[in-house]
Amino acid sequence: MDLRVRALETLLVQKGYVDPAALDALIETYERRVGPRNGARVVARAWADPAFRERLRLDATRAIAELGYQGRQGEHMVVVENTPDTHHMVVCTLCSCYPWPVLGLPPTWYKSAPYRARAVREPRAVLAEFGVVLPEATRVRVWDSTAEVRYLVLPMRPEGTDGWSEERLAGLVTRDSMIGTGLPRPAAAAGGPPA
Amino acid sequence: MTHASHADLGGTRGHGPVVPEPEGELWHAAWEPRALALTLAMGASGQWNIDNSRAARESLPGYLRLGYYEIWIAALCRLLAERGLVGADELAAGRALHPPRPVARVLRAGEVAAVLARGAPTERPAPSAPRHAVGDRVRTWAGDVPHHTRLPRYVRGRTGTVVAHHGAHVFADAHASGRGEMPQHLYTVAFEGRELWPDAADRAEAGALVVSVDAWEPYLEPAAAGPGDVHRDAAARRR
Repeated sequence: MDLRVRALETLLVQKGYVDPAALDALIETYERRVGPRNGARVVARAWADPAFRERLRLDATRAIAELGYQGRQGEHMVVVENTPDTHHMVVCTLCSCYPWPVLGLPPTWYKSAPYRARAVREPRAVLAEFGVVLPEATRVRVWDSTAEVRYLVLPMRPEGTDGWSEERLAGLVTRDSMIGTGLPRPAAAAGGPPA
Repeated sequence: MTHASHADLGGTRGHGPVVPEPEGELWHAAWEPRALALTLAMGASGQWNIDNSRAARESLPGYLRLGYYEIWIAALCRLLAERGLVGADELAAGRALHPPRPVARVLRAGEVAAVLARGAPTERPAPSAPRHAVGDRVRTWAGDVPHHTRLPRYVRGRTGTVVAHHGAHVFADAHASGRGEMPQHLYTVAFEGRELWPDAADRAEAGALVVSVDAWEPYLEPAAAGPGDVHRDAAARRR
Protein backbone atom coordinates (compact mmCIF):
# COMPACT_ATOMS: atom_id res chain seq x y z
CA MET A 1 0.00 0.00 0.00
CA ASP A 2 2.83 2.34 0.85
CA LEU A 3 4.31 2.08 -2.66
CA ARG A 4 0.92 2.34 -4.28
CA VAL A 5 -0.02 5.55 -2.47
CA ARG A 6 3.41 7.04 -3.10
CA ALA A 7 3.12 6.24 -6.81
CA LEU A 8 -0.36 7.78 -6.93
CA GLU A 9 0.90 10.95 -5.24
CA THR A 10 3.79 11.20 -7.72
CA LEU A 11 1.41 10.76 -10.62
CA LEU A 12 -1.08 13.36 -9.39
CA VAL A 13 1.66 15.88 -8.65
CA GLN A 14 3.22 15.34 -12.10
CA LYS A 15 -0.19 15.89 -13.66
CA GLY A 16 -0.51 19.15 -11.75
CA TYR A 17 -3.76 18.10 -10.05
CA VAL A 18 -2.39 18.37 -6.51
CA ASP A 19 0.08 20.71 -4.82
CA PRO A 20 2.37 18.68 -2.52
CA ALA A 21 2.54 21.59 -0.08
CA ALA A 22 -1.25 21.49 0.19
CA LEU A 23 -1.06 17.79 1.12
CA ASP A 24 1.33 18.64 3.94
CA ALA A 25 -0.93 21.47 5.11
CA LEU A 26 -3.96 19.16 5.14
CA ILE A 27 -2.15 16.54 7.22
CA GLU A 28 -0.77 19.14 9.61
CA THR A 29 -4.26 20.52 10.15
CA TYR A 30 -5.64 17.21 11.40
CA GLU A 31 -2.48 16.23 13.28
CA ARG A 32 -2.06 19.50 15.18
CA ARG A 33 -5.04 21.83 15.00
CA VAL A 34 -8.28 19.94 14.58
CA GLY A 35 -8.99 17.18 17.10
CA PRO A 36 -11.08 16.23 20.13
CA ARG A 37 -9.56 18.94 22.34
CA ASN A 38 -11.68 21.37 20.31
CA GLY A 39 -14.84 19.52 21.26
CA ALA A 40 -13.67 19.32 24.88
CA ARG A 41 -13.53 23.13 24.95
CA VAL A 42 -17.08 23.30 23.59
CA VAL A 43 -18.31 20.89 26.26
CA ALA A 44 -16.43 22.67 29.05
CA ARG A 45 -17.94 26.00 28.03
CA ALA A 46 -21.41 24.48 27.92
CA TRP A 47 -20.89 23.16 31.45
CA ALA A 48 -19.59 26.49 32.74
CA ASP A 49 -21.79 28.95 30.85
CA PRO A 50 -25.58 28.40 30.81
CA ALA A 51 -26.07 31.09 28.15
CA PHE A 52 -23.64 29.31 25.82
CA ARG A 53 -25.40 26.03 26.50
CA GLU A 54 -28.67 27.63 25.46
CA ARG A 55 -27.10 28.95 22.25
CA LEU A 56 -25.81 25.41 21.56
CA ARG A 57 -29.37 24.12 21.88
CA LEU A 58 -30.76 26.73 19.51
CA ASP A 59 -28.05 26.69 16.83
CA ALA A 60 -25.08 24.47 17.57
CA THR A 61 -23.27 25.33 14.33
CA ARG A 62 -23.23 29.02 15.20
CA ALA A 63 -22.45 28.53 18.90
CA ILE A 64 -19.51 26.23 18.13
CA ALA A 65 -18.20 28.76 15.61
CA GLU A 66 -17.91 31.25 18.50
CA LEU A 67 -14.91 29.17 19.58
CA GLY A 68 -13.52 29.18 16.04
CA TYR A 69 -14.51 25.63 15.09
CA GLN A 70 -16.41 25.32 11.84
CA GLY A 71 -16.36 24.04 8.29
CA ARG A 72 -15.71 20.72 6.65
CA GLN A 73 -17.80 17.88 8.13
CA GLY A 74 -19.24 20.26 10.72
CA GLU A 75 -21.36 22.47 8.47
CA HIS A 76 -24.63 21.50 10.17
CA MET A 77 -24.07 20.69 13.84
CA VAL A 78 -26.53 19.37 16.42
CA VAL A 79 -25.56 18.90 20.08
CA VAL A 80 -27.42 16.24 22.06
CA GLU A 81 -27.36 16.42 25.85
CA ASN A 82 -27.01 13.43 28.13
CA THR A 83 -29.29 13.39 31.18
CA PRO A 84 -29.81 10.89 33.98
CA ASP A 85 -32.69 9.49 31.85
CA THR A 86 -31.12 9.43 28.39
CA HIS A 87 -27.69 8.48 27.08
CA HIS A 88 -26.87 9.58 23.53
CA MET A 89 -24.59 7.72 21.12
CA VAL A 90 -23.55 8.69 17.59
CA VAL A 91 -22.81 6.38 14.66
CA CYS A 92 -22.66 6.44 10.87
CA THR A 93 -23.89 3.03 9.74
CA LEU A 94 -23.37 3.88 6.05
CA CYS A 95 -19.79 5.21 6.11
CA SER A 96 -17.85 7.31 8.63
CA CYS A 97 -19.65 10.66 9.04
CA TYR A 98 -18.16 12.42 12.06
CA PRO A 99 -17.96 16.04 13.28
CA TRP A 100 -14.42 16.86 12.16
CA PRO A 101 -14.11 20.48 13.38
CA VAL A 102 -14.78 19.44 17.00
CA LEU A 103 -13.50 15.84 17.09
CA GLY A 104 -10.94 15.62 14.28
CA LEU A 105 -10.66 12.42 12.26
CA PRO A 106 -12.69 9.43 13.45
CA PRO A 107 -10.98 6.57 15.30
CA THR A 108 -10.66 3.25 13.49
CA TRP A 109 -13.39 1.56 15.53
CA TYR A 110 -15.90 4.27 14.57
CA LYS A 111 -15.34 3.41 10.89
CA SER A 112 -15.28 -0.35 11.50
CA ALA A 113 -18.01 -2.85 10.63
CA PRO A 114 -18.59 -4.03 14.23
CA TYR A 115 -19.41 -0.55 15.54
CA ARG A 116 -21.48 0.49 12.52
CA ALA A 117 -23.45 -2.77 12.57
CA ARG A 118 -24.05 -3.07 16.29
CA ALA A 119 -24.45 0.48 17.62
CA VAL A 120 -28.03 0.69 16.31
CA ARG A 121 -29.05 -2.79 17.47
CA GLU A 122 -27.24 -3.58 20.72
CA PRO A 123 -25.70 -0.31 21.93
CA ARG A 124 -25.49 -1.51 25.53
CA ALA A 125 -23.39 -4.48 24.48
CA VAL A 126 -21.15 -2.10 22.53
CA LEU A 127 -20.91 0.26 25.51
CA ALA A 128 -19.87 -2.65 27.69
CA GLU A 129 -16.92 -3.24 25.36
CA PHE A 130 -15.88 0.34 26.14
CA GLY A 131 -16.25 -0.39 29.86
CA VAL A 132 -19.43 1.70 30.15
CA VAL A 133 -22.37 0.24 32.07
CA LEU A 134 -25.44 2.46 32.28
CA PRO A 135 -28.19 2.25 34.90
CA GLU A 136 -30.94 -0.14 33.80
CA ALA A 137 -33.51 2.66 33.60
CA THR A 138 -31.43 4.88 31.31
CA ARG A 139 -32.80 5.07 27.79
CA VAL A 140 -30.23 4.76 24.98
CA ARG A 141 -30.73 7.20 22.11
CA VAL A 142 -28.68 6.47 18.99
CA TRP A 143 -28.17 9.04 16.22
CA ASP A 144 -27.27 7.54 12.83
CA SER A 145 -25.59 10.31 10.77
CA THR A 146 -27.11 9.53 7.39
CA ALA A 147 -27.07 13.06 5.89
CA GLU A 148 -24.81 16.10 6.41
CA VAL A 149 -25.99 16.82 9.96
CA ARG A 150 -23.20 16.05 12.43
CA TYR A 151 -23.83 15.20 16.07
CA LEU A 152 -21.82 15.99 19.20
CA VAL A 153 -22.77 14.48 22.56
CA LEU A 154 -22.75 16.83 25.52
CA PRO A 155 -21.94 14.51 28.43
CA MET A 156 -23.12 15.17 31.98
CA ARG A 157 -20.83 17.33 34.08
CA PRO A 158 -18.98 15.19 36.63
CA GLU A 159 -19.81 15.63 40.30
CA GLY A 160 -17.45 17.66 42.45
CA THR A 161 -16.41 20.16 39.78
CA ASP A 162 -18.19 23.25 41.09
CA GLY A 163 -16.21 26.37 40.44
CA TRP A 164 -13.72 24.68 38.10
CA SER A 165 -12.28 26.73 35.26
CA GLU A 166 -13.24 25.82 31.68
CA GLU A 167 -9.70 24.67 31.06
CA ARG A 168 -9.77 22.32 34.01
CA LEU A 169 -13.20 21.02 33.03
CA ALA A 170 -12.01 20.39 29.47
CA GLY A 171 -9.37 18.06 30.89
CA LEU A 172 -12.16 15.71 32.00
CA VAL A 173 -13.77 15.51 28.56
CA THR A 174 -12.71 12.50 26.51
CA ARG A 175 -13.24 11.98 22.80
CA ASP A 176 -15.38 8.92 23.48
CA SER A 177 -17.60 10.86 25.89
CA MET A 178 -18.47 13.19 22.99
CA ILE A 179 -19.35 10.24 20.70
CA GLY A 180 -21.33 8.60 23.48
CA THR A 181 -19.16 5.50 23.85
CA GLY A 182 -17.56 6.85 27.01
CA LEU A 183 -18.15 9.04 30.03
CA PRO A 184 -16.08 12.03 31.19
CA ARG A 185 -13.31 11.35 33.67
CA PRO A 186 -14.41 11.75 37.29
CA ALA A 187 -13.22 14.86 39.10
CA ALA A 188 -10.89 12.78 41.24
CA ALA A 189 -8.97 11.73 38.12
CA ALA A 190 -7.82 15.31 37.56
CA GLY A 191 -6.00 15.26 40.90
CA GLY A 192 -5.06 18.11 43.19
CA PRO A 193 -7.23 20.70 44.88
CA PRO A 194 -9.49 22.93 42.78
CA ALA A 195 -7.54 25.61 40.94
CA MET B 1 -26.41 0.11 -14.17
CA THR B 2 -27.67 -1.06 -10.81
CA HIS B 3 -25.77 0.22 -7.83
CA ALA B 4 -25.07 -2.20 -4.99
CA SER B 5 -23.76 -0.88 -1.68
CA HIS B 6 -21.60 -3.06 0.52
CA ALA B 7 -21.43 -0.36 3.18
CA ASP B 8 -24.97 -0.50 4.56
CA LEU B 9 -24.03 -2.29 7.78
CA GLY B 10 -26.56 -1.13 10.38
CA GLY B 11 -27.95 -4.11 12.29
CA THR B 12 -26.02 -6.76 10.36
CA ARG B 13 -24.58 -9.72 12.28
CA GLY B 14 -21.28 -11.52 12.55
CA HIS B 15 -18.78 -8.67 12.85
CA GLY B 16 -17.23 -9.47 16.23
CA PRO B 17 -16.31 -7.05 19.01
CA VAL B 18 -15.60 -3.33 18.77
CA VAL B 19 -11.95 -2.64 19.50
CA PRO B 20 -11.52 0.67 21.38
CA GLU B 21 -8.53 2.82 20.59
CA PRO B 22 -6.73 5.51 22.62
CA GLU B 23 -7.28 9.14 21.70
CA GLY B 24 -4.54 10.53 19.49
CA GLU B 25 -3.81 7.36 17.51
CA LEU B 26 -4.47 8.98 14.16
CA TRP B 27 -2.62 6.72 11.75
CA HIS B 28 -1.71 3.06 11.56
CA ALA B 29 0.67 3.25 8.59
CA ALA B 30 2.82 5.97 7.06
CA TRP B 31 0.75 6.04 3.87
CA GLU B 32 -2.56 6.75 5.63
CA PRO B 33 -2.08 10.52 6.08
CA ARG B 34 -1.02 10.75 2.43
CA ALA B 35 -4.17 8.83 1.42
CA LEU B 36 -6.33 11.22 3.45
CA ALA B 37 -4.63 14.30 2.00
CA LEU B 38 -4.76 13.05 -1.61
CA THR B 39 -8.47 12.33 -1.23
CA LEU B 40 -9.21 15.76 0.26
CA ALA B 41 -7.04 17.60 -2.28
CA MET B 42 -8.61 15.81 -5.25
CA GLY B 43 -12.04 16.35 -3.73
CA ALA B 44 -11.31 20.08 -3.86
CA SER B 45 -10.52 19.84 -7.59
CA GLY B 46 -14.23 20.04 -8.36
CA GLN B 47 -14.25 16.95 -10.59
CA TRP B 48 -16.72 15.10 -8.36
CA ASN B 49 -18.79 15.71 -5.21
CA ILE B 50 -18.84 13.99 -1.82
CA ASP B 51 -21.84 11.85 -2.79
CA ASN B 52 -19.98 10.62 -5.89
CA SER B 53 -17.12 9.68 -3.55
CA ARG B 54 -19.41 7.80 -1.16
CA ALA B 55 -21.06 5.98 -4.07
CA ALA B 56 -17.65 4.99 -5.47
CA ARG B 57 -16.49 3.69 -2.09
CA GLU B 58 -19.56 1.75 -1.01
CA SER B 59 -19.82 -0.13 -4.32
CA LEU B 60 -16.22 -1.41 -4.29
CA PRO B 61 -16.48 -5.22 -4.53
CA GLY B 62 -13.87 -5.74 -1.79
CA TYR B 63 -15.39 -3.17 0.58
CA LEU B 64 -15.67 -5.38 3.67
CA ARG B 65 -12.17 -6.80 3.29
CA LEU B 66 -10.43 -3.44 2.89
CA GLY B 67 -9.17 -1.04 5.55
CA TYR B 68 -10.83 2.36 5.56
CA TYR B 69 -8.06 4.32 3.86
CA GLU B 70 -7.60 1.43 1.40
CA ILE B 71 -11.23 2.00 0.47
CA TRP B 72 -10.55 5.71 0.04
CA ILE B 73 -7.56 5.06 -2.25
CA ALA B 74 -9.40 2.46 -4.33
CA ALA B 75 -12.35 4.81 -4.79
CA LEU B 76 -10.06 7.73 -5.60
CA CYS B 77 -8.35 5.69 -8.34
CA ARG B 78 -11.75 4.68 -9.66
CA LEU B 79 -12.99 8.29 -9.85
CA LEU B 80 -9.73 9.47 -11.42
CA ALA B 81 -10.05 6.79 -14.11
CA GLU B 82 -13.79 7.36 -14.69
CA ARG B 83 -13.24 11.10 -15.16
CA GLY B 84 -10.35 10.44 -17.55
CA LEU B 85 -7.92 12.28 -15.29
CA VAL B 86 -5.47 9.39 -15.24
CA GLY B 87 -5.08 6.33 -17.45
CA ALA B 88 -4.89 2.74 -16.28
CA ASP B 89 -1.41 2.66 -17.78
CA GLU B 90 -0.41 5.64 -15.63
CA LEU B 91 -1.81 4.09 -12.44
CA ALA B 92 0.20 0.96 -13.22
CA ALA B 93 3.36 2.88 -14.06
CA GLY B 94 3.08 5.32 -11.14
CA ARG B 95 3.98 8.27 -13.36
CA ALA B 96 2.42 10.54 -15.94
CA LEU B 97 2.39 9.20 -19.51
CA HIS B 98 -0.21 11.54 -21.04
CA PRO B 99 -0.91 15.28 -20.79
CA PRO B 100 -3.20 16.31 -17.91
CA ARG B 101 -6.87 17.09 -18.34
CA PRO B 102 -7.99 20.52 -17.18
CA VAL B 103 -9.49 20.54 -13.65
CA ALA B 104 -11.75 23.19 -12.12
CA ARG B 105 -9.22 24.09 -9.42
CA VAL B 106 -6.02 22.97 -7.77
CA LEU B 107 -5.95 23.36 -3.99
CA ARG B 108 -2.91 25.40 -2.92
CA ALA B 109 -1.30 25.17 0.52
CA GLY B 110 -2.22 28.76 1.33
CA GLU B 111 -5.90 28.04 0.68
CA VAL B 112 -6.20 24.94 2.85
CA ALA B 113 -7.27 26.66 6.08
CA ALA B 114 -9.90 28.80 4.35
CA VAL B 115 -11.27 25.92 2.25
CA LEU B 116 -11.63 23.67 5.31
CA ALA B 117 -13.18 26.47 7.38
CA ARG B 118 -15.72 27.15 4.64
CA GLY B 119 -16.62 23.48 4.19
CA ALA B 120 -19.48 22.61 1.91
CA PRO B 121 -22.81 23.52 3.53
CA THR B 122 -25.67 21.55 1.96
CA GLU B 123 -28.66 23.62 3.06
CA ARG B 124 -30.50 25.26 0.14
CA PRO B 125 -33.61 27.39 -0.35
CA ALA B 126 -36.63 25.13 0.04
CA PRO B 127 -38.23 24.24 -3.30
CA SER B 128 -41.64 23.74 -1.66
CA ALA B 129 -43.37 23.69 1.71
CA PRO B 130 -42.32 20.81 3.95
CA ARG B 131 -44.69 17.85 3.77
CA HIS B 132 -44.06 16.75 7.36
CA ALA B 133 -43.78 18.52 10.70
CA VAL B 134 -42.14 17.68 14.00
CA GLY B 135 -44.33 15.14 15.78
CA ASP B 136 -45.72 13.59 12.57
CA ARG B 137 -45.70 9.82 12.16
CA VAL B 138 -43.99 8.75 8.92
CA ARG B 139 -43.21 5.50 7.15
CA THR B 140 -39.99 4.97 5.22
CA TRP B 141 -39.63 3.63 1.70
CA ALA B 142 -39.75 -0.16 1.89
CA GLY B 143 -38.24 -1.26 -1.40
CA ASP B 144 -34.85 -1.65 -3.00
CA VAL B 145 -33.09 1.45 -4.26
CA PRO B 146 -31.22 0.95 -7.54
CA HIS B 147 -28.79 3.81 -6.96
CA HIS B 148 -26.75 5.40 -4.16
CA THR B 149 -29.01 6.22 -1.24
CA ARG B 150 -28.67 7.30 2.39
CA LEU B 151 -31.72 5.39 3.62
CA PRO B 152 -30.25 2.41 5.49
CA ARG B 153 -31.92 -0.97 5.01
CA TYR B 154 -32.55 -1.45 8.73
CA VAL B 155 -35.04 1.43 8.76
CA ARG B 156 -36.80 0.65 5.46
CA GLY B 157 -40.51 0.08 5.68
CA ARG B 158 -40.54 1.22 9.32
CA THR B 159 -42.74 3.74 11.06
CA GLY B 160 -41.18 6.50 13.12
CA THR B 161 -41.71 10.04 14.33
CA VAL B 162 -40.29 13.25 12.89
CA VAL B 163 -38.23 14.84 15.68
CA ALA B 164 -36.50 17.60 13.69
CA HIS B 165 -36.79 19.43 10.39
CA HIS B 166 -33.48 20.77 9.07
CA GLY B 167 -34.73 22.76 6.08
CA ALA B 168 -33.96 21.66 2.53
CA HIS B 169 -30.61 20.05 1.75
CA VAL B 170 -28.80 18.75 -1.32
CA PHE B 171 -30.40 15.36 -2.00
CA ALA B 172 -27.65 12.75 -1.83
CA ASP B 173 -29.42 10.23 -4.08
CA ALA B 174 -29.63 12.73 -6.94
CA HIS B 175 -26.28 14.36 -6.28
CA ALA B 176 -24.47 11.01 -6.44
CA SER B 177 -25.96 10.06 -9.77
CA GLY B 178 -25.47 13.17 -11.87
CA ARG B 179 -28.96 14.57 -11.41
CA GLY B 180 -27.81 17.76 -9.74
CA GLU B 181 -28.54 18.93 -6.21
CA MET B 182 -32.37 18.57 -6.27
CA PRO B 183 -32.74 20.01 -2.73
CA GLN B 184 -35.30 18.21 -0.56
CA HIS B 185 -36.56 18.75 2.96
CA LEU B 186 -34.47 16.85 5.48
CA TYR B 187 -35.88 15.43 8.72
CA THR B 188 -34.59 13.51 11.68
CA VAL B 189 -36.89 10.51 12.11
CA ALA B 190 -36.76 8.50 15.34
CA PHE B 191 -37.78 4.85 15.63
CA GLU B 192 -38.54 2.82 18.72
CA GLY B 193 -36.10 -0.05 19.17
CA ARG B 194 -39.01 -2.51 19.11
CA GLU B 195 -40.07 -1.23 15.68
CA LEU B 196 -36.60 -1.88 14.25
CA TRP B 197 -35.72 -5.08 16.08
CA PRO B 198 -38.84 -7.15 16.78
CA ASP B 199 -36.88 -10.40 17.27
CA ALA B 200 -37.00 -11.91 20.73
CA ALA B 201 -33.20 -11.96 20.83
CA ASP B 202 -33.09 -8.17 20.71
CA ARG B 203 -35.93 -7.54 23.15
CA ALA B 204 -33.81 -6.74 26.18
CA GLU B 205 -32.04 -3.87 24.41
CA ALA B 206 -34.89 -2.75 22.16
CA GLY B 207 -37.26 -1.85 24.97
CA ALA B 208 -35.24 1.16 26.12
CA LEU B 209 -33.75 2.10 22.73
CA VAL B 210 -34.58 4.84 20.24
CA VAL B 211 -32.63 5.18 16.99
CA SER B 212 -32.89 8.03 14.52
CA VAL B 213 -31.71 8.62 10.96
CA ASP B 214 -31.68 11.79 8.92
CA ALA B 215 -34.05 11.26 6.01
CA TRP B 216 -34.90 13.34 2.96
CA GLU B 217 -38.56 13.84 2.12
CA PRO B 218 -38.63 11.41 -0.84
CA TYR B 219 -37.79 8.58 1.60
CA LEU B 220 -40.95 9.23 3.65
CA GLU B 221 -44.70 9.01 3.44
CA PRO B 222 -47.26 9.96 6.07
CA ALA B 223 -48.23 7.16 8.46
CA ALA B 224 -51.31 6.84 10.61
CA ALA B 225 -50.84 8.47 13.98
CA GLY B 226 -50.03 6.02 16.71
CA PRO B 227 -48.57 5.86 20.18
CA GLY B 228 -44.87 6.21 20.63
CA ASP B 229 -42.86 7.93 23.27
CA VAL B 230 -40.28 9.38 20.89
CA HIS B 231 -42.28 12.61 20.87
CA ARG B 232 -40.23 13.68 23.86
CA ASP B 233 -37.29 14.13 21.49
CA ALA B 234 -39.07 16.81 19.54
CA ALA B 235 -38.36 19.52 22.10
CA ALA B 236 -35.68 22.02 21.10
CA ARG B 237 -34.89 20.39 17.79
CA ARG B 238 -37.06 22.82 15.85
CA ARG B 239 -35.07 25.55 14.16
